[in-house]
Amino acid sequence: MDKNFEPKIVGIFCNWCTYAAADLAGVSRMQYAPTLRIVRVMCSGRIHPEFILWAFKNGADGVLIGGCHPGDCHYIEGNYKTLRRYHLLKKLVKQFGIEEERLRLEWISASEADKLVKVTNEFTETLKKLGPLSLREKLPEYAKKEV
Amino acid sequence: MAEKPKVAFYWCASCGGCEEAVVDLAEDILTVVEAVDIVFWPVAMDFKRSDVEAMKDGEILATFINGAVRLSEQEDMVKLLRRKSKLVIAFGACAHLGGVPGLANAQTKEKIIDYYYHTGPIVENPEKIVPDPKFAEKQGFELPEFYEDVRALDQVIDVDYYIPGCAPTPPVVKNAVLTLLSGKLPPKGAVLASDKALCNECPLNESKPDEGIKIEGFKRYYEPEKVDPEKCLLLQGLPCLGPVTRGGCDALCIKANMPCTGCFGPLDGVKDYGAAALSFMASVIDSNDEEEIKEILEKGIPDPMGLFYMYSLPKSLLFRKLYIKEEK
Ligand code: FES
Repeated sequence: MDKNFEPKIVGIFCNWCTYAAADLAGVSRMQYAPTLRIVRVMCSGRIHPEFILWAFKNGADGVLIGGCHPGDCHYIEGNYKTLRRYHLLKKLVKQFGIEEERLRLEWISASEADKLVKVTNEFTETLKKLGPLSLREKLPEYAKKEV
Repeated sequence: MAEKPKVAFYWCASCGGCEEAVVDLAEDILTVVEAVDIVFWPVAMDFKRSDVEAMKDGEILATFINGAVRLSEQEDMVKLLRRKSKLVIAFGACAHLGGVPGLANAQTKEKIIDYYYHTGPIVENPEKIVPDPKFAEKQGFELPEFYEDVRALDQVIDVDYYIPGCAPTPPVVKNAVLTLLSGKLPPKGAVLASDKALCNECPLNESKPDEGIKIEGFKRYYEPEKVDPEKCLLLQGLPCLGPVTRGGCDALCIKANMPCTGCFGPLDGVKDYGAAALSFMASVIDSNDEEEIKEILEKGIPDPMGLFYMYSLPKSLLFRKLYIKEEK
């Protein structure tokens, strides 16, 4: 296994909680693994499964979904929908031959910068153990077109 | 008299249902036959490959190809027909999205061969004979190559239009053919059917409650006697894919108490049909409790890939199950 392998994590975070936590971690100058690329959405319920499959296809080694704690969603129900989609999606990616640990959901509130740091570090370790996904490289040429 | 426009039909990895769909036009087929000259149609007429080869490039106005592509022979034929035709139309779910044969992308080629020639329950093959193009060549004939993956038609050649459905229904076929003959061609790449979801034309749509659908769990298809034919099937817990599937089929399955399985494929603008279907199906579950959600999914949707990608695995973002090393 390549020791220098730095996994790429796509974090898709809701504006009101997890994104704010990442912001807080930043202004508080907390240190954590430089593996995370964050995409901000208004609510975790906005995260279409297509985004996640797309991320896997185009180079992500892991995808981290971040939302408000149950009951705290700014749009009342959004994160419950996320929760249901997440469990179904985990089953699906497994069928596609992708280890289900590569997809992770965490509820991280705006004040939990420390949790964000912990989760990112942990997830980075998990992905290091799993190694690179490199899904795109494994696909035949004619399947790469479906962007 | 001006020459009639030439039309051809061809089939690849398909069940033959799409050929039936053409014949299903019934009397209307006479209007079609009157307007065009069919120059190639292996299932019904005695023309050979050499007849196609003898034609000029672009001589055929439109070629309708059904079936997915898995064999070298199929690839060869569709490339030849592409050259000879002005328009190529992917006819039916398999050519359009990969179709049911596309589900073979959930397996490796080796596993498929192994099952059908060695380990399957009805196989008797003590000499362990498998189709071998090289052996055939020595005997002086040719066997096509069985490719690693199943592909939809537009993953092999350039496709102008799509006619969806498994199989396309007669009104859809008729409208599509009339559109093509009218000379007023839609933009390239168009799917020649409605761009509204099936629910829009579903006779049970009225029975949906205004506040939206919430269900406590999923039923499987094999309990038809428990289905109320007057009430939205999804509302009764049958995993109906109508909300994310293109309409135009007149809700034939629904009228027979069968939930929609998605053969007309995605609406315009959707990249991955299965992802859209999964997204909506998960959201209608009436539970906020993690353990309960898991249980409902475990019982009700044991095979998400089979349910959501029944007709579109090769056209999904991920295309196929990865070849993973652990399988060794
Ligand atoms: S707003 Fe944070 S999950 Fe909905």
